[in-house]
Parts: sequence; structure tokens; C-alpha cells
Amino acid sequence: MTSAIALDDLRKNFGPAEIIRGVSLNIEKGERHAIIGPNGAGKSTLFHLISGRYNVSGGSVSLNGENISNLPPYEIYRKGLSRSFQVTNIFPRLSVFENVRCSLMWVSEYKYSFWHLVDREKKLNLRTHEVLEEIGLTSRQHVPAGVLTYAEQRALEIGIAAAGGADVIMLDEPTAGMSHSETDQAIELIRRITVGKTLVMVEHDMGVVFDLADRISVLVYGEIIATDTPENIRNNKAVQEAYLGAESEDA
Amino acid sequence: MSEITNTHTGALPSSLMKRFGPWIFLAIGLIILPFIFSSNISVYTMNLMGIFIIFALSYNMLLGQGGMLSFGHAVYFGLGGFMSVHFMNYVEAEIVTLPVFVLPIFGGVIGLVFALIIGSFSTRRSGTVFAMISLGIGELIASCSLIFVAFFGGEEGVTGDRTMGPVVMGVDFAQDIEVYYLIAVWAFITIALMYLFSRTPMGRMANAVRDNDERSEFIGYSQRHVRLISFCASGFFAGIAGGLFAINFEIVTEENLNALTSGVVLLMAYIGGVGFFIGPIVGAVVFTLLQTLLSNYTEIWQLYVGVLFVLTVMYVPQGLTGILAMHGPAFKMRRLSGLFVPYLRMGIPTFAMLAGISGFLEIIHHVRSAAVGETSMSLLGIEFNSHDVMPWVIVLTLAAIGGLISRTQLPQMREAWEIANAPLDSNEGASS
Repeated sequence: MTSAIALDDLRKNFGPAEIIRGVSLNIEKGERHAIIGPNGAGKSTLFHLISGRYNVSGGSVSLNGENISNLPPYEIYRKGLSRSFQVTNIFPRLSVFENVRCSLMWVSEYKYSFWHLVDREKKLNLRTHEVLEEIGLTSRQHVPAGVLTYAEQRALEIGIAAAGGADVIMLDEPTAGMSHSETDQAIELIRRITVGKTLVMVEHDMGVVFDLADRISVLVYGEIIATDTPENIRNNKAVQEAYLGAESEDA
Repeated sequence: MSEITNTHTGALPSSLMKRFGPWIFLAIGLIILPFIFSSNISVYTMNLMGIFIIFALSYNMLLGQGGMLSFGHAVYFGLGGFMSVHFMNYVEAEIVTLPVFVLPIFGGVIGLVFALIIGSFSTRRSGTVFAMISLGIGELIASCSLIFVAFFGGEEGVTGDRTMGPVVMGVDFAQDIEVYYLIAVWAFITIALMYLFSRTPMGRMANAVRDNDERSEFIGYSQRHVRLISFCASGFFAGIAGGLFAINFEIVTEENLNALTSGVVLLMAYIGGVGFFIGPIVGAVVFTLLQTLLSNYTEIWQLYVGVLFVLTVMYVPQGLTGILAMHGPAFKMRRLSGLFVPYLRMGIPTFAMLAGISGFLEIIHHVRSAAVGETSMSLLGIEFNSHDVMPWVIVLTLAAIGGLISRTQLPQMREAWEIANAPLDSNEGASS
């Protein structure tokens, strides 16, 4: 069985600065995988490389056995990989409803159609309502997304990423800046939407990581120093050395 | 903010009247307008209005809907005009047999073709890059028009005769009123099509790309393709507007595709409000009225339009439609009447100030540009000597007093605005 995501000696440099220094990683289908590491380790860069936002400098990225290195993001999305962003990245002037509906349009095979009227497409609108229900924003659906509260925007961010039903979902710090109760809700949400799917997440909150992840990779200065189950990662000496500061900070 | 008019229709089961009401209203309005305004000058004005409405709406597919600021949209308008006038001549020479009313289609097609060619490289990026390319292409085509004389007719342009086509149902377009109905039908169709376009997956994605082009790539859409399709549609409708222009005026010149015309359409869309579908319609109507009516009374009407544009950009970026929309909440809460007296108290001194300022400008203009020895001028039918001190004192006093009084009225208006909009936090009304 091929891995959902396979990274082979992946490298990225910006000028002389090498940010990702040879990352090899296999993420199995159906796995919930967390990537952790201190600030500046290159976690977000790694996400950008996999999702096509950045071009890779060396090595390769495969999705379900197919090489997707350097494809534009929309091609990668069409192959079944969807992601959210660390800094909320929504369509601020569109209503919440429109935000979700737009994220459903490609997978509903509308493509660049200018011969369908969106308001008439019952199935599309029905599905939009379902997603809104799922992310708990039904009551806010007519509000422009830009005026939502921070936690609501984060929920929408996850909703946009997950709405299309991609097989592989990548979440970049989904609970960043949330309060405890909001974090709990977010975890519930992530759990619900990723049933039967592959989840890759970057997360700082160790509670969330150990709660959700099947396996954890530790990224330090552009290299993965360990990939293992949460239990083993917790007891890993090298990880403790590299990561102790950040971990105790969050605890 | 731009979605105010749109979001509420989204997915809600709306009654037939709600859905078709505005369209029936528009159709009836277009039919009966010439009976109300039947003079030659009003028909002329309305014809121009119809053409500019289509043109401005097509422009707003770029600016308002797609987030592309173009400084060269007149290219597609002008090319559409040239193409149609050439076909008009082919019809006259009996090379092809076509009724005159289909000619704008050819304008639309050439607009579409050129939009496809130019858009294929200019829509790669939005923002400054797109704006600069559009400006460059605009200049390029405008200068081409003086080089390729066979197509563009050089400085005199290309003329045609719309009455030479086959007569369909007794209509030969010899009269302006017949052209009015031709333009009205085309305007109705194109307005409807452009509105429907904004409600398709493509139109929705144009808005999404405008809001956040990067994220749109992560939901499966290439921002470039989305922009290109919007751009082509926009070029098509601009070409149709150009075709109607050709039929209406029977002449198309380089002036119709140069930067000036591109500037005019930007002005119209912006003054009307780019965030609303009907914004450009309002803008085109207001601009045409200013152009045809104001220019009867003053030579410096363009100055006033310019000032209006600057004030719009500075104080009401949502445009004139935005000002109307701002009153929506108060209207729904039936509190609009409470604003009437405060507006009047604010409006009268403001009007006095504006009258004073424009009087001042008119006198300066007269002193500077009237023939030597010509010292008497008239404003609002009052004859006076522009070299006397008295008129200057009067207009400046009017401006100063009006300005001072309107300043004192500002707090009461703000207060009234806040009362009228109590549950909402907005104080922008004061700026209008």
C-alpha cells in the first residue's frame, strides 16, 4: 500500500539559507500525523512545500504514490490534498455561506462554469448548509467572513479546508490563539471531519497533539529528528533535549 | 460590504415577485422613459446613458467583481465600435446582409478575441502589474489606431450609415428614438446576462479571487484562469457597448479607445460604487447627466466631475450606491424620517457653500479665459461684471458662511444618524 504522503529527501532553500534540509517522511493513509518542533524549525515551510505554495529546491513530494513536486496548488488540491493556514486565510468580503460554497464548487464539478446559477443548485447549497452546521456557523452564514470573531474565523478556515472532502487534510496550527474551551471544540471538530481521512497537522499545543495524533514527527532546524508514536516521542531523549523548552512552555 | 445586495438572495427561497420584480421594473422603465423625456436632447442623453451603463457594468466585472484595476478598458469598447462600424459599411455595400440591430455582436466578438489575447498574459497577476499592463496596452492600441489607417481610419475615424441596412418590421433607424429602443433592448439583455454571470460558479469565484487570490488556489481554482474568464466576459460586453456607440453616433474615432475613455469608465464605475452590482448603472446615469446637462451651463464641468471623483474616493469609497445602501438599516427600522430635518439643516448651508465655491471658480474661469475686454458674465441668469469686487465678495462670503454654518450642524447630524442606526455602530453618514 502506498503512503498518503511520501517525502523523499525534501529540501528548500531561500538564497543561501537552507530551511528544509533533507526531510524524508511517510504518512500512511488514514493516519493522524502531527508535526511539532520549536519556532523557526520550518514546519510551515514544510507545509507550503507539500501543498504547492512553494516550489521545492530538491527531493520530491508524492501524494498517493504520484509525484506532485512543484505542481501549482490547485492541481494538488484536485488530486485530493487540502490544507488550512496558520494565519487565517479566508475570503473576507464574501459571506460565510459563500466562503463554504466556493470551497465546494470545484469538487462538485462546476469548474469554471458560467452556465449554472449557484442559487439554483440544490445539492450544492444543501451540502453548504451541512458543512456550516458541522462547523457551527449556521447562525452566522450571512455575515461577511471578515467580521467573524477569531475563533469563528478559525472554524471557517478548517471548514473551507475540509469541505471539499479531500482524502488528505493538512491543518497548520488549527488551535493557535484559542481559549481552552474553544480548543476543545476545535479538537472535536477536527476529529469529526477527519474520520477515515489522512490528517497532517502542525500544532504547538502539546495537549492537542497527544490527544489527536497517531504518530508525531519532530522537526528541528529543517530536519526530522524523530518520528514515532506519542508515547515514544514523549520518552525520546533527543526530542526532550531539542524541544524541552517549548514543551514546558505549553504545559 | 460589497455583498450586501447579493448575500441575502443566496439560497433563500424567494417569491417570484422578489426575483423578477426588479427586472420587470427595469423593462417597464426602459419602455416608458422616452414618453416622459421625449425631447431630442433627452433621447440623445438616454442613448448615451444606455451605452455607458453597459460599458461601466462590463468594467465593473473587472474592478468590482474581479479586483482588477484596468486603465485600458476603452480598448475593447473602441475595437467593438470599429468592428461594428465596419460591418455597418459592409451592410451598406451589400457585402453581407444583416439587420443593423445585430451589429453589436461583432463588437462583442472582437472585444472577446482581444480580451483573450491580451488577458492571456495580463491576468497572470492582479494589482499593480495588471494595472500597468492595461495602461501600456491601452496606449499601444491607441497609437496603433493612427498607424493602421485601413482599420482605424486615422484621425478622422471611420464613419458609417445605420439607415442603409435591410428594413426589419419598418424600422430603418433613421430616428434617434428607434436607436433608443435598440439600445434599451441590448441594455436589458446585457444587464441581465452580466447579473446572471455574477451568480454563476465563475462569477462567485471572481469575487473569491478578488478577496483572496492565494486561497482560491487551495480550493481548486487557478486564479489566473478565473481572472482570464472574467476579463474575456468583460471585454465581450465592452465590445457590445462599443457596437451600440457606433450605431448611435455612426462614427468611431481613436478617441473612443484612448486613455481618456478608459478614465471615464473608471470614473463612472467608481462614482456609482464598485462594490454593488447596480453601482456602475448609477454612476453611468449620473456621469452622463453631468456631461450633457452640466456642460450646457458651464465650461468647467469636467472640474466638477473630477472633484466629485476625488471626494468619492476620499469620503465614500462605496460610491453613491454606498450612500444609499448605508440608509438601508435605518429604512428597515422605519427611522429614515428622523434624518430628514437634520439633513436639511446640514444640506442648506452646505449647498450655499458649494454654490459659493462654484461661483468663485466660474468667475475665475471667466476672468482668465474670456475674450479681452469681455467683462460681463452671467451666473444663474444674473448679469454682472466679473472684474468688479462685489461679485467676488458675495461668492466668497457665501462660501465662508455656508461652510461655517454647515460645520456647526455636523454634531446634530451625527447624533441623528446614530439615533437612527442605534443598534449598529456606524458614523460614516456624516461624511456624505
